[in-house]
Amino acid sequence: MCFTQNFWNLVVSGLYDGFLYALIALGYTLVYGVLQLINFAHSEVFMSGGFASYFILHALVGTNQPTGLASVGYVALGVLGGGAGGAAIAFLLERVAYRPLRRRNAPRLAFLISAIGASYFLYNLAGKEFGRNALEIPTLFTNGPVFSVFGATVQTIYVVTAIAALIMLVIVDRVVAMTRLGKGIRAVAQDAETASLMGVPIDRVISQTFIIGGLLGGAAGFLFGLNAGVIFTMGFTPALKAFTAAVLGGIGNIRGAVLGGLLLGIVENLGVACTQASWRDVVAFGILVLVLLIRPTGLLGEQLGRAA
Amino acid sequence: MSTVRAPTPLLRRLWLSTDARRLAACVAGGLVLAVMTGPEGSGTAPTSGFTGSLGNSRVIGFVVFGVVLWLLMTARQRYGTEIRAVSDRLSAAPRRLLPDKRVRGVFYLVLLGIAIGYPTVLNGFWQEVLVDQIGVYVLLALGLNVVVGYAGLLDLGYIAFYAIGAYSAAYWTGALPVHPLFHLNAFYAIPLAVLAAMLAGVILGAPTLRLRGDYLAIVTLGFGEIIEIVANNLQGVTGGAQGVIGIPHFSIHFLGVVYHWGLGSLPYYYLLLGFIVVVLIAFHFLENSRVGRAWVAIREDEVAAESSGINVLKYKVMAFAIGASTSGLAGMVEASKIGFVEPGDFTVQLSILILVLVIFGGMGSLPGAVIGAAVLQFLPQYLRVHPLFGFQQQDLYLYLGAILVVMMIFRPVGVFPSRRRKRELGLAEHGVGSADAMESTTGPIS
Repeated sequence: MCFTQNFWNLVVSGLYDGFLYALIALGYTLVYGVLQLINFAHSEVFMSGGFASYFILHALVGTNQPTGLASVGYVALGVLGGGAGGAAIAFLLERVAYRPLRRRNAPRLAFLISAIGASYFLYNLAGKEFGRNALEIPTLFTNGPVFSVFGATVQTIYVVTAIAALIMLVIVDRVVAMTRLGKGIRAVAQDAETASLMGVPIDRVISQTFIIGGLLGGAAGFLFGLNAGVIFTMGFTPALKAFTAAVLGGIGNIRGAVLGGLLLGIVENLGVACTQASWRDVVAFGILVLVLLIRPTGLLGEQLGRAA
Repeated sequence: MSTVRAPTPLLRRLWLSTDARRLAACVAGGLVLAVMTGPEGSGTAPTSGFTGSLGNSRVIGFVVFGVVLWLLMTARQRYGTEIRAVSDRLSAAPRRLLPDKRVRGVFYLVLLGIAIGYPTVLNGFWQEVLVDQIGVYVLLALGLNVVVGYAGLLDLGYIAFYAIGAYSAAYWTGALPVHPLFHLNAFYAIPLAVLAAMLAGVILGAPTLRLRGDYLAIVTLGFGEIIEIVANNLQGVTGGAQGVIGIPHFSIHFLGVVYHWGLGSLPYYYLLLGFIVVVLIAFHFLENSRVGRAWVAIREDEVAAESSGINVLKYKVMAFAIGASTSGLAGMVEASKIGFVEPGDFTVQLSILILVLVIFGGMGSLPGAVIGAAVLQFLPQYLRVHPLFGFQQQDLYLYLGAILVVMMIFRPVGVFPSRRRKRELGLAEHGVGSADAMESTTGPIS
């Protein structure tokens, strides 16, 4: 087979992509859980996180090259800053593009159109205000091989991304499973009307869901930017793939989104080995179409939502 | 025993008052508009755009704009019934002025006369705009209107069918690296290009239209992207990123009639006008046919439609295919007019542009689609020649995105709504019916 030669290298880089997809996919899946809607503007939440962390780190780090503990601190700061940027945009997005429609009980078509509009508005605004060229996030650590598995070298950036992502994924999983907020999210996802009759403040829960999704998406924007830089159009493709990941794992299902993300990352990288790099996106979209046709409920099944 | 209640703090009282919150939102809207129309920033000076937009006297105008907006909204709320009565009478006016079918027919003929006569007095630039920017997009908007407006489906990869039409044109006239069995005159390739786009619509639609509507949106978005990537990468078939040149202009040799469409825009304008009129008439009858009524039923209540014996999937695929073939037709005409095709002409954002044209005019309304497309396509060109309000071409999609959100919040039926659509949306907002086709569909097409 075309990928057997580099198999483990491809798996490692696939896992790296996969962790990013998983972080973004959680935003889709959580919002889908409470609203039964695809948040088409989630790509711009991701982008805002990238830009927020860029400006914070650019101001603090500049051209210095931090090492050791300082590196760890700056990475944590980048994650937090990106998360805060993403959360702020996600919150505003819900307030401006979703809530007025929800109040009016608008049809789903209207929500999708409004979200697409918000997405185009946001990324073009970023392009206008921050320039249309890619910006490089300052170097926070020296990238290089750390260790190897089955002959595949693992770079520092892979380790950083995996650790950051794992921590966040575990926290979110626990928050949704164990806290009062998580209970609210699950209640709204199961049946919003009944939840509201039981005293769950739906508006607040939905806002908080957007914020959690925004935190993860924004942090993913930073982690993505570490490697690839930030640019106003950076959201479109990763977000579309993360959506694929969410569907692959079963939309509304948190663990499904993580599984779907990792799986999609690996399959995409193996698939690219068989074709050319330029066909990369086609491989991912092909997977999306196949999943939707063969098993639209995803691998682990739809869980949070009651959507049929 | 009585307790003395502490007075609510002023800020909290303000926050609780709808008027104050609405005023804040209106002023915020004005400030956003100030930033949108303001100068550009850059990566090295990320705040310069904002300070340039908000840090000088021009911001006063936008704040005033916000306040005026708030006053208008408040007035509308207070005198809502009166205003609605007036606006209803105004919107009913054309109908009352044109009560008779014959009078209406004359009116349409006059409009057609203007559409035929007026372009001859325009200069070359505007004639070109009339074809490349307006005519083609009116046709595209009419096609998407069938999908979004009539059937209530969201197709975000609509431009892919335009690409298929354009590349079919290139294929049948022998401009592509792969050669067809027999070469065709561009004019006679039109049916084949339309057929190819329609087939693509059916092939993509038949499996994906079973899915929930939001999945359809994302699959079509992916499809639009794939078509662009394929066109870019299949060097041997599509000519790759440079595209292909040498698609001949239309010409007719038929029963002694010989006519060549040359480099000028006007002949293409009249050809497009002909297509648009035919499509308009066809869609008008379609809307009021059995098929049109099936679409209405599906939009209003998919489950009820299905249980009344309507083959929901069949009618969805039909709408999708009709939209696709209209898009293919537009692609064919444009390819022949400009003589080349390249993947850069088929970016995903063009699908969004056409969606804005349909939404702005009014989903499901034929005059809405035509006027919406004409106005929104004309404006950027006008602003290109006469720069106003700090409008810059590269910010076009910033404005289009804002239009989508604002329309969805304040006027989801569009500027020139179809009466039926308006009623449906109103009903859906009161919990009756759905006004879209977002359910998943099962069962075979027969």
